[in-house]
Amino acid sequence: MLVYTFDKTLDGILSAVFDAYSLHQCPDALVGKGEPLPLFCEEVHEVVTSDDRVQRVWAGLEKRVSKEAMRLLAVSYLSELSELDTPLFHYIYKVFQQAEGARSIERNFSDPDVLAVTNIFRKVMHERLRMMQFVRFQKAKDGTYLGVVSPDHDVLPLVVHHFQDRFGTQPWLIYDAKRRYGFYYDQQEVTRITFQEEETLPFDLENGKLNEEVLSEDDKLFQELWRTYFKAICIKERMNPKKQLNDMPRRYWKYMTEKQ
Amino acid sequence: MLTEKTLEKLRILAESAKYDVSCSSSGTVRGGKQGMVGNTVGGVGICHSFADDGRCISLLKVMLTNFCMYDCAYCINRRSNDIKRATLAVHELEEIVMEFYRRNYIEGLFLSSGVVRNPDYTMERLVAIAKDLRTVHRFNGYIHLKSIPGASRELLSEAGRYADRMSVNIEIPNETSLKMLAPEKDHQSVFTPMRFIQQGVLENKEDRKHLRHVPRFVPAGQSTQMIVGATAETDRDILHMSSAMYNQPTMRRVYYSGYVSVNTYDPRLPVLKQPPLVRENRLYQADWLMRFYQFKVEEIVDEANANLDLEVDPKLAWALRHPEQFPVDINRDDYEKILRVPGIGVKSALLIVNSRRFNRITSYHLKKMGVVMKKAKYFITCHELTDGYANPIVGINELHPERLKPLLVSKAQQKKAAAELQLTLNFEEEPKEE
Repeated sequence: MLVYTFDKTLDGILSAVFDAYSLHQCPDALVGKGEPLPLFCEEVHEVVTSDDRVQRVWAGLEKRVSKEAMRLLAVSYLSELSELDTPLFHYIYKVFQQAEGARSIERNFSDPDVLAVTNIFRKVMHERLRMMQFVRFQKAKDGTYLGVVSPDHDVLPLVVHHFQDRFGTQPWLIYDAKRRYGFYYDQQEVTRITFQEEETLPFDLENGKLNEEVLSEDDKLFQELWRTYFKAICIKERMNPKKQLNDMPRRYWKYMTEKQ
Repeated sequence: MLTEKTLEKLRILAESAKYDVSCSSSGTVRGGKQGMVGNTVGGVGICHSFADDGRCISLLKVMLTNFCMYDCAYCINRRSNDIKRATLAVHELEEIVMEFYRRNYIEGLFLSSGVVRNPDYTMERLVAIAKDLRTVHRFNGYIHLKSIPGASRELLSEAGRYADRMSVNIEIPNETSLKMLAPEKDHQSVFTPMRFIQQGVLENKEDRKHLRHVPRFVPAGQSTQMIVGATAETDRDILHMSSAMYNQPTMRRVYYSGYVSVNTYDPRLPVLKQPPLVRENRLYQADWLMRFYQFKVEEIVDEANANLDLEVDPKLAWALRHPEQFPVDINRDDYEKILRVPGIGVKSALLIVNSRRFNRITSYHLKKMGVVMKKAKYFITCHELTDGYANPIVGINELHPERLKPLLVSKAQQKKAAAELQLTLNFEEEPKEE
């Protein structure tokens, strides 16, 4: 079994494709550097990521597959799932294997690699939707709206545009408590930010609540109003906790006002 | 300024509004605008939360007031009910909408109202709020306005300029039954506003062809709702009504609301221990078949099958009635035919027709694509199933529908259906006197 090790980035995977073609071989699996190798692994090749190679492979891909497929490849990588590495590599490898002008494999869902990458892409997009649904803002005294989340996949870059479009008239900060970074919008542009010292954070990473002293005065009232509304809108005769959990899994509840 | 009283009012008015099913924020794509708050995303909309009854909370669904001059038997807010009444002040409602929206709690507002004084007076107040939100508060999110039956055409065409979607509820598909339960209403008062809105939308479309900056009129179209299980209508009556509705160019959604016994004292209404949820679910499935699966209403329900089978979904029921349509060849047959196979949905059907241009699709592929093979295997062929003598085909034509059906119905489904069936039987024996 032939295994490539890489630096766990999308660039690493693209470099691996370059290496595979220049060495005239196709590895059976891609493994992150420092991770345990699979059993019966006879040969290991270490992929060195290089910008030049990445660009050549990316440019080659652009020629061979549609824009949607390029987006699919890039977005699926935000899943941060290690089981994506090998199918994603094989997907890209197969794209280059095809003859010029042949029908692109991007719609061949009977191919296990294409299907696996597509399914992971779907998962990421679903998580993106959930961010649009479940981010809850609290208003700080200075007028900034803060929302804390901890998504399974690294989807914040995918929702920034939506929030910028929707809340263009208010400054906001959406912070990913799991990956320790966030996006701040100052009514002009969005910047990616990280906090240097976590002790001085004005909010609790556990439940996303703003500290009392920075929370604006009327925010408590609106939270209470929202909770009241949430309780009132439920029809008791139709109780269906199973469906509720299905559509709104418990892992999102800790940051949601109505469930706190 | 909002106070504790507002809290109580919001509670009362949300509880009054909750029996209206519609909550979707779909149908319009409108990007953010300079200086305005919000946008609408289109597609299926965004659900911001899910209540304990599993229903989506997308819009702030609230009534302006729950005082009402009508006395409709099925309605919680009827005049003769002794419930707490409240009216939200205009500024209170507007502040709640804006603050909720800015906190990403909601997609917008679903505003309805009890009828006070006369339909025009009530409608005028709804329109005023929508106008205020758009022009004073610069709100660019979703607004769903209920049009009050009997409101004048001028008011409706003003409302349409600010609202994304408007709706009038049919409530009861049969006019005689409607008259029985709601003596002050008739179908005319529902269809007239519907027609006004439709004409407005079509005229607006024509205007926009010539002048691009003409503001859009009710861009997300109309919706309506029917109550299920309060009167004796069959599913056939209900679905024929929805099919007729969907034939109108601006009707986007018909909702079905399983009747919740809110006014148990009224002898005109059946006493149900629980709302007919299975039936409601089957109606939605049938609705989906009409909208996304290219089924005609006559195929789903006919004279012999006036009510949907509660044990199996309407698509499987259709397949069991039509064994001659099967097996469907996954590798050759049209998309429309593949869509009709039980266990294959729109998503997997698309995957299939895309992939089969590359190589032959086998049952292994189907499983990986997410087809429910437990059901689908009796209705399809992909040529690998047919080979050999050692592995004879067991499809719908070999097994016969009557022997196949029990294989596809789980015990739990049977139980649920039986429980509900019993409840609907009760209602025939309901004493009519008193």
